[in-house]
Amino acid sequence: MIETLKTVIWPFILWPLLMSFAIMVFFQLQAIIFVWLERKVSGRIQDRLGPTRVGGKFGWLQTIADGVKLLLKEDLIPADADRPLFRIAPYIVLCGAFAAFVVVPFSFGWVAENLNIAVFFMLAVMSVEVFGVILAGYASGSKWALFGGMREAAQVVSYEVPMAMNLVPAVMAAGTMNMHKVSEMQSGWIWDWNCFHDPFTFFAAIVYLVCATASVKRAPFDLAEAESELVAGFHTEYSGFRWLIFFMAEYASMLAVSWIATIMFWGGWNGPLPVTQWLGLWIDTNGDKLPDAPGFLAQVIGFLNFIAKGYTLIFVMMWIRWTLPRIRIDQVMKLCLKYLLPITCLLILGAGVWPLMIQTERGGKVGGFAAAAIAFAILIIGIVTTPKSAAHGRRERVY
Amino acid sequence: MERLQEIWLQSLFGFMALTTVVCSIAVVVTQNVVRAAVWLLFALSGTAGLFFLLGADFVGATQLLIYVGGTMILVIFGVMLTARGPFVSMKTQSGEWTLAALVGVALFGIVAAVVWSTKWPTMDWGDTSKIRGENSPTTVQLGLEFLGIPPQESPKDAAGTPLARLGRDPANIGYLLPFEIVSVHLLVVLIGAAYLARAKRRKAATS
Repeated sequence: MIETLKTVIWPFILWPLLMSFAIMVFFQLQAIIFVWLERKVSGRIQDRLGPTRVGGKFGWLQTIADGVKLLLKEDLIPADADRPLFRIAPYIVLCGAFAAFVVVPFSFGWVAENLNIAVFFMLAVMSVEVFGVILAGYASGSKWALFGGMREAAQVVSYEVPMAMNLVPAVMAAGTMNMHKVSEMQSGWIWDWNCFHDPFTFFAAIVYLVCATASVKRAPFDLAEAESELVAGFHTEYSGFRWLIFFMAEYASMLAVSWIATIMFWGGWNGPLPVTQWLGLWIDTNGDKLPDAPGFLAQVIGFLNFIAKGYTLIFVMMWIRWTLPRIRIDQVMKLCLKYLLPITCLLILGAGVWPLMIQTERGGKVGGFAAAAIAFAILIIGIVTTPKSAAHGRRERVY
Repeated sequence: MERLQEIWLQSLFGFMALTTVVCSIAVVVTQNVVRAAVWLLFALSGTAGLFFLLGADFVGATQLLIYVGGTMILVIFGVMLTARGPFVSMKTQSGEWTLAALVGVALFGIVAAVVWSTKWPTMDWGDTSKIRGENSPTTVQLGLEFLGIPPQESPKDAAGTPLARLGRDPANIGYLLPFEIVSVHLLVVLIGAAYLARAKRRKAATS
């Protein structure tokens, strides 16, 4: 009996169930924080306070109140809708967004399924999500929803290409698609992270972030739900719990693309300094045969690092969302096909040629930091040279 | 113990296979095009699940990426762009049914004949570690074969014959030639599609 438990029930039944459950619950707890953060960030950026009352200070219980409200709402299905498809669409979206988390290594050894092709698997599973959104747009039997779904199809299918291709420089630098191994390789100092591996990986990290924002349809790319044009786009006809599922799936896919970026470019669970090694939290595994591995405390610290990096990227996405205006659909497509795709191809070419030109590892890292410095300099010059009236438009309103 | 593992894996296989088969039949039977597409989505996901179950993670993920993420979206997109009524449905004639049945039976016969005549490698049920994703590096092997490099450590069957070599010339060069043919073919298709879809310049406008 014990033997059965050990060889069959535990590894093939209980462990997968436990892991799926843990990932679902973990994500849903995150979503509570994200919704509140989104409100607070948008409030601050728009010179408001955001939620302040629910739950005492800072309105930290606002999300719970939102959730209760949504659960109590009536679940409406329009008369013109294709009922079974209308019902099933949110679940397809949710499956696509959540199944991607199976292969994410949260810390050293903390991974549900250590797949050999983890990055590829994540991108593949997340592409299922688009189908659900298009289906929701179609099945609603409403023009707004249909237009939202069409835009979604055009936009996300286009942006998936540069997004996946931008990961290629990082995969080339690491030599593997196994996310756990990629993260392991980046342990040490900040310059061991993949984004500083060579200049091309740094720019790929930046371009990836743009493509990722577009592929999870966040503003300025939120054409699928553009509320000023399409009411709410593909989820116009949804209410209550089904709408909540779409909302959760959006945050889940945001988190998924941020985590891919974290692992492939920004060092995974490794902090900028090898603090855990200094503190002696690493354990010696098997003498000289295997490299040292982080102990439990180091794993926990790595997990916190990982979460903090994911939050930072999501904060950047929120910042962009509430700062930039939405762009038109033709601009969206032009940006993808005429600019991002050629840039990405150049980056892949460069990442292939660079190791042949610069043989030493240090040379690559110097190049990486040079690229970062150039990007930063461009940013600073851009901010400084922007005319005051444009930068502080709100002081010189002309209406 | 090994028996139990086998039963569990077989039942998982049965579940996936049943999903695929039932959904495939539903694709054929249903008359609404978009519903057929949804059934096809489940059928393809079931196929991907079968691949994952067999440890072929790369093929499974590719199945999802290409068929579900690409082809299915194109199908839906095409339906939405060309639909005249609110919900498209197809009525099939009895002649079409017979033709389709003939083609289907013929295809099934070929596949069944291949399945029966092939000598399949059997799996050692005692070693379940092979089934786990991290222990089945199929990508490396596939990549090497596609580049024409025969893999050094191909998994072997019970008799010690490397599986990658089974029934083929030892002096082979992997799948380099088919790979190149397919890639050139894809390029031709892309250029053709771009040619067909581009905006036609009328002569009257220029003169």
